[in-house]
Amino acid sequence: MMQKPVNQRAWLLVLPVLALVAFSSVIPMMTVVNYSFQDSFGGNDFFWVGLEWYRELLQSERLWDALGRQLLFSAIILLIEIPLGILVALAMPKRGWLASLCLVLMALPLLIPYNVVGTIWQVFGRSDIGLLGRLVTDLGISYNYAQNAVDAWVTVIAMDVWHWTSLVALLSYAGLRSIPDAYYQAAKIDQASRWSVFRYIELPKMRGVLIIAILLRFMDSFMIYTEPFVLTGGGPGNATTFLSIDLVKMALGQFDLGPAAAFSLMYFLVILLISYVFYTVMITMDKDETKA
Amino acid sequence: MASITLDNLAHSYLANPQSEADYALKHVNLKWEDGQAYALLGPSGCGKTTLLNIMSGLLQPTRGRILFGEEDVTAASTVDRNIAQVFQFPVVYDTMTVGQNLAFPLRNRGLKADYIAERVSRIAQMIGLEQHLGQKARGLTADLKQKISLGRGVVRDDVNAILFDEPLTVIDPHLKWELRTQLKSLHREFGHTMVYVTHDQTEALTFADKVVVMHDGLVVQIGTPQELFERPAHTFVGYFIGSPGMNFVPVKVDGKNASTHGEAIELASDYATPAGEVVLGIRPEFVRLSKDNGLPVTIQQVRDVGRQKFVTASLFGSDINFVVEPGIQIDEGTAKVVFDQEQISIFSDDWRIDPVTGQRGAP
Repeated sequence: MMQKPVNQRAWLLVLPVLALVAFSSVIPMMTVVNYSFQDSFGGNDFFWVGLEWYRELLQSERLWDALGRQLLFSAIILLIEIPLGILVALAMPKRGWLASLCLVLMALPLLIPYNVVGTIWQVFGRSDIGLLGRLVTDLGISYNYAQNAVDAWVTVIAMDVWHWTSLVALLSYAGLRSIPDAYYQAAKIDQASRWSVFRYIELPKMRGVLIIAILLRFMDSFMIYTEPFVLTGGGPGNATTFLSIDLVKMALGQFDLGPAAAFSLMYFLVILLISYVFYTVMITMDKDETKA
Repeated sequence: MASITLDNLAHSYLANPQSEADYALKHVNLKWEDGQAYALLGPSGCGKTTLLNIMSGLLQPTRGRILFGEEDVTAASTVDRNIAQVFQFPVVYDTMTVGQNLAFPLRNRGLKADYIAERVSRIAQMIGLEQHLGQKARGLTADLKQKISLGRGVVRDDVNAILFDEPLTVIDPHLKWELRTQLKSLHREFGHTMVYVTHDQTEALTFADKVVVMHDGLVVQIGTPQELFERPAHTFVGYFIGSPGMNFVPVKVDGKNASTHGEAIELASDYATPAGEVVLGIRPEFVRLSKDNGLPVTIQQVRDVGRQKFVTASLFGSDINFVVEPGIQIDEGTAKVVFDQEQISIFSDDWRIDPVTGQRGAP
């Protein structure tokens, strides 16, 4: 066995990173932790309330409703964007200038700032002047995202699908491009159907990128704020008030620093927990696949 | 099953091929007889894989026709041609077990389950996969994966031909021999037409009844291993087959006499006066040291490999190789060599001249 050299001075080398992480995340987060155990009435007067805010939040219907909406939203987003992204990737040309053109077009929505996306759709969907809203209304369908909860949901989901499906498509496309031609040739020789090619060659080869796509889309959709805020401001009523919108209302609207801090920490833990579960499940599936 | 005829085939990967050089496959006329085992031999990039892909229907040729028996299948799909093909690198369906992999081509043809099961177990036994049948294909070694690819290639028993595209490249040397032997016995048992692409002459010569040698997009010779060795139709065949390859000496030929640098070499047959660039070819095995008369050479290197000694010498400034018995003592310095008359080939512009007809091999 080789003896590993031990040199405590190595810690010096990690110090810059530790300092950076401390200032960028640990210290701000600890401030939030600090707020979450105290109450304040302005003027920088704080006093200790212990777990009061957590207890209150866990009993608040408002939080559970927002969490429910959030989970439903993320589930719908994943169910639409992942299959759609794969379909788009499969339909994209494989080489030539057309492929490059597609890639650029697909990347465009990803480059647009979030609040601009919200604004675009806010105008697009208006039933008086918006292209989409006007068209739908003229077709005789009653549509108004500012007043009807279902319309608001449909619009928010359509907006997110428009904004983010290309991310899934681009990742899937990269996965597809990495499959050697020989696989397709072998499948032809084996007389495999188009479905078999997808099921037994393309899907297994895209597995890695799809895990990343699902994780990214889940985390991002679970934290969605700007676009629905710009579009509906969380309305009508509380219909599109997702967790982060609720959080901002609580922290900046009502200036309830303590409850908002407790809220953010729980929000953070929920995302961490769900991502962890996703990741573990998918990695385990991956391993079983290899072992069995 | 039927013979496969390639009629005036040419293929270019470019959209608008201009000159001869744009073609990966230049001009191929070839008939694969039903039930024979062929090796398609040639260096990398000579068009072997292109030819295979055209036969299986993965590629459409730029020009020419493919006939199965009398039927023109040039436009037919891979499915309709019913040809099996094994590729250079292992292709396995990761999420399937080894057994499911082997069964896949049969299932796609909608065959009965009990027939599939029987066929899969038979092939698995034959290529040594039976203890892996239930395993997922994904975690296996490259060797085993390539065995699966081979298995999928030979599992269908109604195919018109089985094409192997350098299938043993990734396989360990000791396994290569074993697998090649199994392929041969498969061939003996089922009698499929088999075409085995390789750039390894040992592989080609041990596998095949007939060897097709390709060079630069052309088929330069078809023959038994012995024919390729004794009467290479093209200088490339002489150079490529045999180790070391054939020696070539630029000569002037007049009737039964050849000469180089003023030294005369007597020939066994009358070649008249061939046109073009004329060279004399002689295999290292048929060059002998001589005491008194012969061509003057300078011995440069002697390599003793046990059963034989390989000698490299210089003949009028160019290298010449020959083989001598291990008992013979050779010293560096000058010596004289003679060629075995019966084994001399004369080439004009790289193609062999038939001494009887005076005809050159056809390109």
